[in-house]
Amino acid sequence: MVDMTIPEEQIGIGTIEDAIGKLKQRFPADVSDDDRQGYSGVIISADKLQEAARYIKNELGFDFLSSATAVDYLGEGVHSEDHLEMVYHAYRTTGGSALVFKAQTDRSSATLPSLTPIWMGADFQEREAYDLMGIKFEGHPNLQRILLWEGFNGHPLRKDWKEAYYEEDHKPFGSRWPAGHIHRAEEKNVFGKNVSYPADVDLSRLNDISETNMYQAFGMGVDTEHVVDHNGVRTDQLIVNMGPHHPSTHGVFRMIMELDGETVTALEPVMGYLHRNHEKIGERNTFLHNIPFTDRLDYISSMGNNHGYVLAVEQLLSLGAKYTPPTYRTEVLRVLMVELTRIVNHLWGIGFWLNDLGAFFTPVLYFIQERERILDFFEAVAGSRMMCNYMRFGGVFADLPERLHSVSNLMNDRVRDTNTMKFLTEMINERIPRSIDEVDEYLTQNEIIQARAKGVGYISREDAINYSAAGPVLRGSGVAYDIRKSDPYSIYPELDFDVAVQDEGDMYARYKVRLQEMRESVRILKQLLPRLEYTQGEPVNENNAAYSSKVPIGEAYGRVENGKGELGYYVVSAGDKRAAANPWRYHVRAPSFINLTPLGLMSTGAKVADVVAILGSIDIVLGETDR
Amino acid sequence: MELNLQELNKTEYPIPVELQNNIAITSLTSVYNWGRRNSMWPMLFGLACCAIEMIATASSRFDFSRFGMEVMRATPRQSDLMIVSGTVTKKMIVPIVRLYNQMPEPKYVLAMGACASGGGPFKEGYNVVSGIDKYLPVDVYVPGCPPTPQALMYGLIALQKKIDGQSLQVADDVPWYGVGPSEPTPVPILGPDIIDPRQMDMIRRQAEAAARAQTEEPVYQLNAARDLPAFGAEQAAAVATKPKAAAAIDESVEIKSFSQVGMSADAIEALRVKRRENAIQRKAARKAKEG
Amino acid sequence: MNGVGFAKGMWVTLRHFLETYVDDVRYGFRKYAPDLNNFEVRQGVEAQGAFTVQYPDEKLAMPERFRFVPFLVVENYDHEDRPGKDWCTSCGICSKVCPPQCIWIVRSNDPETGRPVPEPEAFFIDIDICMNCGFCAEFCPFDAIKMDHDYELASYDRTTNHIFDKDKLSKEFRYWNTIAPTRAVEEAEARGGWEHKDAQKEARRGGSSRDNKATEAREEKREAVRARKEAAAAPETPAPVAEAPKPAAAAQDDEEEKRKRREAALRRKAARAAKRDEESDS
Repeated sequence: MVDMTIPEEQIGIGTIEDAIGKLKQRFPADVSDDDRQGYSGVIISADKLQEAARYIKNELGFDFLSSATAVDYLGEGVHSEDHLEMVYHAYRTTGGSALVFKAQTDRSSATLPSLTPIWMGADFQEREAYDLMGIKFEGHPNLQRILLWEGFNGHPLRKDWKEAYYEEDHKPFGSRWPAGHIHRAEEKNVFGKNVSYPADVDLSRLNDISETNMYQAFGMGVDTEHVVDHNGVRTDQLIVNMGPHHPSTHGVFRMIMELDGETVTALEPVMGYLHRNHEKIGERNTFLHNIPFTDRLDYISSMGNNHGYVLAVEQLLSLGAKYTPPTYRTEVLRVLMVELTRIVNHLWGIGFWLNDLGAFFTPVLYFIQERERILDFFEAVAGSRMMCNYMRFGGVFADLPERLHSVSNLMNDRVRDTNTMKFLTEMINERIPRSIDEVDEYLTQNEIIQARAKGVGYISREDAINYSAAGPVLRGSGVAYDIRKSDPYSIYPELDFDVAVQDEGDMYARYKVRLQEMRESVRILKQLLPRLEYTQGEPVNENNAAYSSKVPIGEAYGRVENGKGELGYYVVSAGDKRAAANPWRYHVRAPSFINLTPLGLMSTGAKVADVVAILGSIDIVLGETDR
Repeated sequence: MELNLQELNKTEYPIPVELQNNIAITSLTSVYNWGRRNSMWPMLFGLACCAIEMIATASSRFDFSRFGMEVMRATPRQSDLMIVSGTVTKKMIVPIVRLYNQMPEPKYVLAMGACASGGGPFKEGYNVVSGIDKYLPVDVYVPGCPPTPQALMYGLIALQKKIDGQSLQVADDVPWYGVGPSEPTPVPILGPDIIDPRQMDMIRRQAEAAARAQTEEPVYQLNAARDLPAFGAEQAAAVATKPKAAAAIDESVEIKSFSQVGMSADAIEALRVKRRENAIQRKAARKAKEG
Repeated sequence: MNGVGFAKGMWVTLRHFLETYVDDVRYGFRKYAPDLNNFEVRQGVEAQGAFTVQYPDEKLAMPERFRFVPFLVVENYDHEDRPGKDWCTSCGICSKVCPPQCIWIVRSNDPETGRPVPEPEAFFIDIDICMNCGFCAEFCPFDAIKMDHDYELASYDRTTNHIFDKDKLSKEFRYWNTIAPTRAVEEAEARGGWEHKDAQKEARRGGSSRDNKATEAREEKREAVRARKEAAAAPETPAPVAEAPKPAAAAQDDEEEKRKRREAALRRKAARAAKRDEESDS
């Protein structure tokens, strides 16, 4: 346990304003304030970007690159000139808020220097920006498409790129009402499928479906000529694909491994098999529409996803006039849900990590018992077991019901009926702690787990920060960085809890961090019970009537400490001059995605069997990885 | 799920009164189906959110091993049932079709959730396949987003009922029985967009027409949907006057593929003619090859 | 490597194994017998051991807020004034607030005047797109669309029956009252009565719906348009004798129409029930 109250002098490197001042002093010609309405941070000219980033990291102390994403400013809006813009959010691992810096490039050439030499965490995020926005990053070691496949036609997140089922720029679509004669989207496409081809499609070039090119781009290749001699055992190098259909990849994830015998010499994750175009759809949706879509990002912990998103939009809404900030009870309810979700998430994560270690399904079955009961609670309060859709801007969907009761409807339905507070008290004081203790008793000292997990999947403190790892991966490497403490939101400042930290940096450390975090969550939940009692009756959904809330223009980055790590939402509202109903840009900084950046680093040198477990110890969910 | 003896007594063969309930006469079909439906082995295969509910269904609370389904096989070669649990993306449809082709007959596909059935909330996305049935034959659809474990179990029971109804005598029910290996589904190709090899002809014609800038055939440019006429007033009127929204739900209209519904009658006829010609050509080619 | 942790783990497994029998012993090895009524205990917070739901034989009932595919509330089929009348006024908010845009509404227009009438002519929900988020029900100002609790919707064919039309979506108000009693009461309180908002408004104006001024005005307009149309269509023929509106006759017609509507609604209901039976049989 580390005391996370940050001494003033440590932040003494200065506030954000100081940092910006120093930066402008250092690069007077190339750094300028971002003075667009509702925007913050600085704009750095492209040719000084790397130098300035190095200065920001080394001199100003912003060592953690949280998010790097691209925005396409095209057409009418607040911006006079069409351009592409990279937005970077850098933080200090000692705590505090973000230094936002941006770099712009025009849409036709679309080239920017890569920041991978400074932060390796930019690796996947720049590849994503290349894939979806078409920005070429000079100096990137491996600039290839990451979510889509090589050869895909166009860069879909550009504003002028339209998909096969394109209907209108923004929802709601005019065809739905008042003359909503239904048709299925495929009826309008001549192929009957969700496809469109460029007019000059060359089918003769499609014969080569081997993936040799991909391996070569990753610098891999089967090498049968150079046989390696290991103490008399002669081995040659192999390429092994694991996934996308593989029982232990937690979904549809693929790893290309280069093996020397059974030792991994290189590993490249391949993703995008669940790329559901979250951001493209999100930019067509209204702000409200996106809430249920966030449920489907990290579908194990949907409450946490809701929270991050509403926080981001609330930042923007609070700039406008007609907006009621959440009441105290709302915050209590949110934290209650989020902490329960964190427990669900960690129980699930540990359970499936054990699956990967070979303890097939028995631990999961034990952990699912508590999960099912928490899900019952979610179902009774929010309406669905997994896709909770519970939070609203400035509120939540509804207050806790007085009783958790079900109603008989179908044949053989069996009803249940308990008092909500009694249920919560029993769960929080008895069941969940007992279950966590059982996990501890069951696994922590188990010799097999220790033998498998200790020292495997190691990532050092410096690497963890450099690779932008977040959540248990970061804290398992000795960095006491928890957003609930370092950049607090909601009512976390008044709650008493510690940040779980382990210094070893291996799989076992990450397991222990998760275990400890569940205990801290229970500690928080216990403090919430009396708060729930005395806030009884406070309104929780003041802005309910606003089904099409106009959001003032500007940008916002809302982030929460989700079970898997830092979940951030970068939202830009830039419709017309004052407000917009649809986000101009909606980007998800997905912890599962960015935590995979160091997977290759962690796995190199490990055995094949360990790779599976290392992936499990990162705890990814593909819905969030691929979005 | 026990073999119902009462059911077995209901045969067309006369059973003497004194022997009733002592002997059971049954057709091979019912025993065969009983065995099959109570040992459906699903593939250990999850795509997205629905997979989590599928795992919940498999685990202790809902426990589909009560239906003989607990043996989830990671390899398609040992599984009978593919539960498509989640959004099917264009990048993922390629491995899915390969997996399906590797499953031995008899094989079943259950589309779990809105996404697998018809694209779901992500349908409009550029990387999403609008329904697994665009590529694979689906036996049971389970709506919901996601379906609760109980909804999935209802779907699995529906699948069992379907198997019960299949007869060894009817060749349509059991296409695999006695006819050797089935025709594999062509694996889609990742080109500029996902390419279904079955539509290769159509795509080629479109491309050629575009290259020659011909106008005889409608040329669907990069974004076909936008250039097509909107759901016209005539069609709208037709829908409005028909009782019960016949556009989608009229069973009397034979719809070969849904893609035809929005097209004009002429275009559909042209397609049909083309298809017939293609079939004849293929047949001739095959004969020539054999001969 | 002394094996202590290993033994501890095995002890946990053993404990779980033994716990599964606690209930069996407690209930004399017939814990699933329906007459024991122990479902709530077995699934409750204090339960231990196996907690399997024996699905087709016993089902977890759904809580009131549970959301699955939406349905449309229509007035009870035996309602006095408005049997089988849609609560929906086709205002279109649900289709606007629907995140995946799966709700399609055709607003009905008066055939004479061409002005919108507050009821939907057609209403479709594509349940292959619906994400069960519940926004439509949450933001409907008339409590006319609600989330259903019936999750047993699996089917063998989606092309014909996964687009729910108005007929398939409509369920009596009584049904909503059964599946969500507490919420129905809350909503009725917010509305100010059990009746639909419009019905209440009309009731407050006094008299039956035909008597109020708005309807009269609409009637008048309709008459005028009809007359104009007829005049345009047949300018040669002499103008028909103006029908003097007879209140008594109108009231009679009204009664007649009501009766007809009720009968039709009941017929529809019976047909639906028969169809359902057929489906479940097959």
